[in-house]
Amino acid sequence: MTDHDDLVRRVERLIAAYIGCIDQDDLERWPTFFTEDGLYRITTRDNYERGMPASFFYCSGRGMLHDRVLALRRANIYEPHYYRHLVSGTHLVGQEPTGWRFHTNFQVIRTMKTGEMTVFAVGLFNDLIVTSETQALFKEKTVVCDSSRVDTLLVIPI
Amino acid sequence: MPAIPRTTVEEPLVHWPELGVCRVPYQVFMDQALYDLEQQRIFRGDAWHWVGLEAETPNAGDFKTNYIGDTPVVMIRDTQTMKVFVNRCAHRGATLCIDSRGNKSNFTCIYHNWSYDLDGNLQGVAFRHGVRGQGGLPPDFDFAAHHLHRLRVEVLNGLVFATFSAHVAPLRAWLGERMTQHIERLFCRPVRLLGSYTQYMHNNWKLYVENVKDAYHASLLHLFFTTFKLNRLSMEGAVDVSDSGGHHISWSKMASDESTGTEYEQGTLRAMQDDFRLADRRFLQTWTEFPDGVTHALQTVFPNFVVQQIQNSLALRLMVPKGVGACELQWLLFGYADDTPEQTERRLLQSNLIGPAGFVSMEDGVVGSFIQRAIARDADQAAVLEMGGRDIERRGSRVSEAAVRGFWQAYRTMMDL
Repeated sequence: MTDHDDLVRRVERLIAAYIGCIDQDDLERWPTFFTEDGLYRITTRDNYERGMPASFFYCSGRGMLHDRVLALRRANIYEPHYYRHLVSGTHLVGQEPTGWRFHTNFQVIRTMKTGEMTVFAVGLFNDLIVTSETQALFKEKTVVCDSSRVDTLLVIPI
Repeated sequence: MPAIPRTTVEEPLVHWPELGVCRVPYQVFMDQALYDLEQQRIFRGDAWHWVGLEAETPNAGDFKTNYIGDTPVVMIRDTQTMKVFVNRCAHRGATLCIDSRGNKSNFTCIYHNWSYDLDGNLQGVAFRHGVRGQGGLPPDFDFAAHHLHRLRVEVLNGLVFATFSAHVAPLRAWLGERMTQHIERLFCRPVRLLGSYTQYMHNNWKLYVENVKDAYHASLLHLFFTTFKLNRLSMEGAVDVSDSGGHHISWSKMASDESTGTEYEQGTLRAMQDDFRLADRRFLQTWTEFPDGVTHALQTVFPNFVVQQIQNSLALRLMVPKGVGACELQWLLFGYADDTPEQTERRLLQSNLIGPAGFVSMEDGVVGSFIQRAIARDADQAAVLEMGGRDIERRGSRVSEAAVRGFWQAYRTMMDL
């Protein structure tokens, strides 16, 4: 196996564990997929392609990710629902001074407790990933949603 | 047997309760006939409607599409002046600008290539003279009579408003001095657009308008601040309602949170052990940027436009009806052209508070649908609006529904209900 294949498999495992964490509602572990100073954004393709920074989520550092989870557990009010992430096409885009740039397609299907199911979001994970002997982590994760429109509200991370 | 002549006495569309604007019949949120009348009397009536910012179309020929009620419109910069047209070809009614923004030197309909200049005048018709003498337009076809539907336009500090009405007062007079000054205050210098998104809601558009005008719900529905015991020392605040009732400003001055940087640096790990404290208060790291010291100000402009200053998070919102039981909220986030990178970063961090994923606003996306589904078969019952009294007078307290009552006063006036 080449180094490239090995790297891609490690990143695929990282992303599989990441989406599993969210879909299994194990959100308290969600910040641990990021570096201590990791940047997490959810934005729209329109903003992204125009170079505009406005985002639905804009969190820099594990503390803010932790606070997002705390707020959705303790403070925010919304109808209970689940996500199921489907991802595909993880591939290496390039090497940058601070890590590996990877792209992955994602789809999120939202299921309400009533049974209503919706394609909630579709788009691209644009990830900057750092690796060490023991682990791979997101240094930056930009979730670029193809649609600029959110149905009702966005509380669970993507 | 001869048909019985129909009675000439028409039933009113709504039986509004005698208590007036401190009651709102649920029918107004679910009645197609009222929805159609709103389109005619409000969205095409004597009101100004925000369409966009000049800053969204900086160059000649730049355009942006939007909606005034159900009607699609296009705003375009014709050299220096802003023009707004119904986004529809005068030939067969096809959508003229398909893209939501772009640049055009003229309008050309994709269907039959009829073209218009940026003032909406019909300039060219494909095969006008037919082919080899056959077909084409009649020789007496009047080009001047077939132009785009032009709207009246006024610009206030870069905000572009349009109206279908020939009668409504000039924009500043229609807004009134207080409302005009508040827009001038926020748009005191060139803005920098930070981006936009929309939020789809499963409720009548007016339920969201009520929500924005309702300062009473803020600390009750949105538990973020209270849950995390964040400093909400309210030094001063009020709800100001315009004479018509239709516009309002809810404002307050809160203690700023300048010290949070150090707290973050010293206390992160300990705070993360504590379920009731935020680990990173940079979400709330603000600076006082207006000389009047007002830190929070939500302004509504009748019927569906919102000007937002939540600390340093600045945004415009437009609530677009999408049929009786649905609506779409546009958010346009901005800062100023002279912001430092640090100020832009703070605005972005604070934007976690707003929008469909906002710590203190996400609930607004669903609460309207909680009402919409609960009132389904009770059109003849009514909501109660008596917090802060039964009138629309200015209130020194924000525990008031005066601005909501104000909306219904303006609504009833315009709708003649």
